[in-house]
Amino acid sequence: MFVALLVVAALAAPMIAPADPIRQSLRGRLSAPTLSGADGRAHLLGTDHLGRDVLSRVIYGARVSLLVGFAAVIVGGLVGATLGLVAGFRGGWTDSMIMTLADAQLAFPFILLAIGIIAVLGPSFPTLIVVIGLSGWVTYARVLRSQVLVLRSREFVDAIHALGGSVARVITRHVLPNVLSSLVVIATLELARAIVLEATLSFLGLGVQPPTPSWGGMVHEGREYLDSAWWISTAPGIVLMLTSIVVSRTGDWLRDLLDPTLRGE
Amino acid sequence: MPMRGLLPFLASRLIRAAIALWLVSTVVFVVMRLSGDPVPLLLPPDAPQSEFARVRAELGLDRPLPVQYVVFLGNVLRGDFGQSIHFRQSAFRVVLGYLPATFELGLAAFALALLVALPIGVVSAVKRNSAVDQATMALALVGQSAPTFFIGILLILIVSLNLGLLPTSGREGWHSLILPALTLGAFAMASIARLTRSSVLEVLRADYIRTARAKGVSDVVVVAKHTLKNAAVPIVTITGLQFGTLLGGAVVTETVFAWPGIGRLAIQSIYNRDYPVVQCTVFISAVLFIVINFCVDLLYGLLDPRVRSS
Repeated sequence: MFVALLVVAALAAPMIAPADPIRQSLRGRLSAPTLSGADGRAHLLGTDHLGRDVLSRVIYGARVSLLVGFAAVIVGGLVGATLGLVAGFRGGWTDSMIMTLADAQLAFPFILLAIGIIAVLGPSFPTLIVVIGLSGWVTYARVLRSQVLVLRSREFVDAIHALGGSVARVITRHVLPNVLSSLVVIATLELARAIVLEATLSFLGLGVQPPTPSWGGMVHEGREYLDSAWWISTAPGIVLMLTSIVVSRTGDWLRDLLDPTLRGE
Repeated sequence: MPMRGLLPFLASRLIRAAIALWLVSTVVFVVMRLSGDPVPLLLPPDAPQSEFARVRAELGLDRPLPVQYVVFLGNVLRGDFGQSIHFRQSAFRVVLGYLPATFELGLAAFALALLVALPIGVVSAVKRNSAVDQATMALALVGQSAPTFFIGILLILIVSLNLGLLPTSGREGWHSLILPALTLGAFAMASIARLTRSSVLEVLRADYIRTARAKGVSDVVVVAKHTLKNAAVPIVTITGLQFGTLLGGAVVTETVFAWPGIGRLAIQSIYNRDYPVVQCTVFISAVLFIVINFCVDLLYGLLDPRVRSS
């Protein structure tokens, strides 16, 4: 429900947002949540230090969060799936190299590396999406690899080969259907992680750059005014927190529903 | 023979740690090369062309890439990351100077997480499905999925600004440590509490606990004597892993609370375009992280001989 609401809010942002999210207003600065502000408009979540409507910015922020989140999940999923399939089918040296890389990445707090990379390349949407996406490829790769390994030992795969069937056919007809539910679960959990990571990077000033509204960036901007104008930080923060909890709970729920074997990991 | 199989286990973990370190340094090198020419950052914009060439030669940037890579690896091994542009001294020394504050914060967060999470986990398991259990587990769920920086902001807003109890930032005395430690430890606290609960529940279902209960041993004794000891191994492992993850969270927490550790140093150095310090911080954090994980693995191998063979 909440996710659907967010998606709708993100898609229809220009229609539902009560005001332009980047339009500034000197007279209407730091207004508390009100129905009739100094500029004669309603600001249900108040305005920020530049007089911008917080509610509108939160709604537009959903766009950024979901866009980066979904794109990063797609990037991570494609890279992870490809590497997992390659590792599983090729085996041997290729396999152990890919899996060592996966172990090394899991053994390292990725945010540090992300910070280093973004610091040098400069923050932009593509960099952000690629960095966040690459931070999550390992789980997909593991699932696909182990599925390939399971299937490779079965006779019918040998039979397909003997009959001249291609690897692509084995992948689309036998590997993917078997792991589809696992992939859906992983992608959901990854989405929650990607959204939080984007917000964290934006909070640190390394993600989405102002004036584009993003939840993490808004929390950062409101930090200076916590004492006098608490709503600037708390409104986007609470929406972000709810999103993260709801999406990861959905992931847990899907896991219990579709794939009991993943439980307890 | 408790030590049997420990050496091969140790060796394989050492090799893994070495590979991870090599990968991190290679990524640092590649990223550094992608970042373009650092020389204009070091010289005034009106410096003569000859000066540019001299500095470039001094830094070894005129040599072919593979040579630069080897030189770089050698320098990293000696702890030489170049001069900090902002502090005008060795980047390595700068980072070392900021390290104690991060250690202090990390240890405090870790201690706090353990002190709070273990009792909560045990109580939740023993009083399963009670109001206490449900409330703490709901809170743990929030702790696990809420972004660290927002937990920090909320704590500042409620505890410091509204209640006026603790300072909002800085590092002066023990009470400036509480909120950052709580923020940084929140995720670990939630995970350890949930894990403790499930481990204790699992042990409580075991046959020998039923036997003990049937013999008339009281609940307190059952939990204290039998359950905790058997639930300890998974708790120790996850706890150790959490300690490593704390390092990553330190970047965010230190920024929120203006805590003078290496995480905040890294972010400030990015703003200052002080790349030698950024690289050195990333590298040193990686080393710390890998060393800690190595120790945890070792501890685990000692506690539970079964893992050595896997």
